[in-house]
Amino acid sequence: MNTSGENLLEVEDLCIAVKGAGLDVIKHVSFSIRSGEIVGIVGESGSGKTLAARSVIRLLPEGIEATSGRIAFEGEDVLGMSPRKLRKLRGSRVGMVFQEPMTSLNPSMLLERQLDEALALHCRLPSATRQEMILDMLRRVGLEEPKRALTSYPHEFSGGMRQRIMLASVMLLKPSFLIADEPTTALDAVVQRDVLELMVGLTREQGTAVMLISHDLSMVARYCDRIIVMCRGEVVETGDCKTLLENPQHPYTRKLLGAMPKRGPERSFAQDEAPLVSVRDLVVDYPGRRKLLRREPPHRALHGISLDIAPGQVVAMVGSSGSGKTTLGQALAGLVKPSGGSIGFDGKPIDRAQTSYWDYRFNCQMIFQDPYSSLDPRDTIGRIVGEPLRHVRDMNKVSRAARVAEVLEEVQLGRDYADRFPHELSGGQRQRVAIARAIVRRPRFVIADEAVSALDVTVRAQILDLFADLQNRHGFSCLFISHDLGVVEQVADRVVVMDKGKIVEEGDRSAVFDNPQHPFTRKLLSVVPALEAAPGGGVRLQWRLDIPGHGSEITQSSALATTETI
Amino acid sequence: MRLPFQINAMVGGAIIGFLLLVALCGAFWTPYDPLGISFSDKLTPPGPSHWLGTDEFGRDVASRLMAGAATSVWVSITTVTLAISVGVVIGVTSGYARGWFDRIVMAFNDALLAFPGILLALGLLAVLGANKYGIIVALGIAYSPSVARIVRGTVLSIREREFIAASRVTGNSEIYTMCRHVLPNCIAPLTVLATSMFGWVLLAESSLSFLGLGVPPPAPTWGNMLASARPFIAQAVWLAVLPGLCISITLLGINLLGDALRDRLDPRMRGRT
Repeated sequence: MNTSGENLLEVEDLCIAVKGAGLDVIKHVSFSIRSGEIVGIVGESGSGKTLAARSVIRLLPEGIEATSGRIAFEGEDVLGMSPRKLRKLRGSRVGMVFQEPMTSLNPSMLLERQLDEALALHCRLPSATRQEMILDMLRRVGLEEPKRALTSYPHEFSGGMRQRIMLASVMLLKPSFLIADEPTTALDAVVQRDVLELMVGLTREQGTAVMLISHDLSMVARYCDRIIVMCRGEVVETGDCKTLLENPQHPYTRKLLGAMPKRGPERSFAQDEAPLVSVRDLVVDYPGRRKLLRREPPHRALHGISLDIAPGQVVAMVGSSGSGKTTLGQALAGLVKPSGGSIGFDGKPIDRAQTSYWDYRFNCQMIFQDPYSSLDPRDTIGRIVGEPLRHVRDMNKVSRAARVAEVLEEVQLGRDYADRFPHELSGGQRQRVAIARAIVRRPRFVIADEAVSALDVTVRAQILDLFADLQNRHGFSCLFISHDLGVVEQVADRVVVMDKGKIVEEGDRSAVFDNPQHPFTRKLLSVVPALEAAPGGGVRLQWRLDIPGHGSEITQSSALATTETI
Repeated sequence: MRLPFQINAMVGGAIIGFLLLVALCGAFWTPYDPLGISFSDKLTPPGPSHWLGTDEFGRDVASRLMAGAATSVWVSITTVTLAISVGVVIGVTSGYARGWFDRIVMAFNDALLAFPGILLALGLLAVLGANKYGIIVALGIAYSPSVARIVRGTVLSIREREFIAASRVTGNSEIYTMCRHVLPNCIAPLTVLATSMFGWVLLAESSLSFLGLGVPPPAPTWGNMLASARPFIAQAVWLAVLPGLCISITLLGINLLGDALRDRLDPRMRGRT
């Protein structure tokens, strides 16, 4: 392994601008990466981290170009490279793994041809040897039947498997540098851990340097030797992973680390209080796919869920994708029709035919995940927020406008936002509008479906604070659906863990996080490390569970990292 | 290459504005009677008394072009309105209802789409009779399937967006959600479609008139003027060139305006130019 002090990649004073507009998107960025080192680039959306990484292999989008600076890869000038040399650099010496494995693998090509393509282009080897290499690599990335995989198409594999295959195709060429752009963002926590472990293992073995681009700080903290923090096209801080996290210098880094979710204060609820929402044996079936003459049997998304939510309580629903947590939210909001079981509200069972149903619908509101699609682009903010008031009796135009203005103030937007359109607002502002719409009717029950998942770290922290504040003020109950354990730990009073359409564990926050019982909960908690506040104003990586083997693993790995980079 | 937004809009708008003005004027006043025959003036080249010359019956070409514009514009606007109304109703109900209703309606719609518009219109005209109203109904029916297709596609994509779910959670009825949130979001693609369809209909109407199946003579349209100019193309080239030029320039204006309108009507594009 090449771990000498030689810099593999040197970027000096790099500026990237939009052609013609003179608009700098990357401003005077300098950094270097040594052989075999894993470097994380963190920053929020728009910070230019992807552009900076892509410029290394000159893979910039149309209309954006490097205007000044120098990029040297293994001593060669990349910006002045001929197209022929550049092609060689891209395929064989620098590999890239993208976020979305479905779109980066060609869906119409057999894996064998796809994996062989680059190998045949860059190495002069007989095809039997190449096939042997491919099979070997597929075995290395954990595919159980590599021979069968060769004659399969990408769609036959799950997201995690596709990302492993993608990694295999890149690592086959033994590149000296790997760019991984949010490689596991689209994957579930457990799969994410497996894929990253594999990536780190493979690259360490081959001495490949890795540039890991991510917005997930705990992931970067877990696997990287060094961290580069970017903000608005500039590198604001770089340093050794542990030092930088524990003792951040730049205000932006401090802000970023301070925005990591923290466990909120415990709140107690009377045990004997009647629940506001009570769900009993709820079953939801989705109709099966239509075949030529018959339908496939229905797919059961929820297998008899029972759940109570006390007045004013925040119940968080966690689980991996496909666990049925979103379906439960939609069934409670009346968007999906349950096939069985009952939902009770305020002590009364709700039934679509009765007036109590309307009372429930009136008091139940929802916040959606994607602030870009949950607001009608043709409506003004005032109209969007005021729409639920249509159904409030005894409210005229004036009192509606007054309520809208009041709620906009409550979500800290200000009343003058009422005349704007959604496209004029940032993601965080839009999510504030979505919250305003949900609470404008003063509902007693709010369902938040991944309400902060699409937001950047610092914006997420602001929205969570706002949400907690509003929840305290108005005292509505909330079902908070999220896959992010850190966020759940911050907001939830009770935690419900779902797996495969069933509730596997439920209890108070401290009980579930500190003393999980079910194997699935333990697995989920064991793969996601937490960043806990450190004395120096920074954070420290901490396992959530003291599972034997894990605690030692984290120190071992960081020890490994330090010895290797010295 | 695309022209800058403002030039597009200005040129297209100027052409169409001028056309509408001429058509409106032509409906009420023309320099000469467009049907007035005067054999002493026949085939006069463009000159001071007849700016654009006269035809084989000595009728003033400028007056006939103006009257023709009035007919063509009226026929086109009515036809487009008819096609859009029928298409929107079919498309929205089909896209929003989905299920077996959607499949049956769309199967029928696709069968109609399989015919070239002009062929379908020809067949319908044989039944309806060759006159102004026959053309409007025939072309309206012939072009509505493409509107239905586009509207249905738009509705299908919009109904999956979260703001539709948000509207339903609020307690709004399906019909309210459809009218208030789904339909307005179809306006941008519909406007672009309507503008280009105005061009297709104008062309189709001219073609039908050229074939003798449109508005019957002596009433002037650009299409039948072009048709009747054929025997005289060697002696009186202006008779063929002028109506042809009117059709091409109008189509150019419509395309420019359509592009500009699409950019304008999408609120996400506002403030970007």
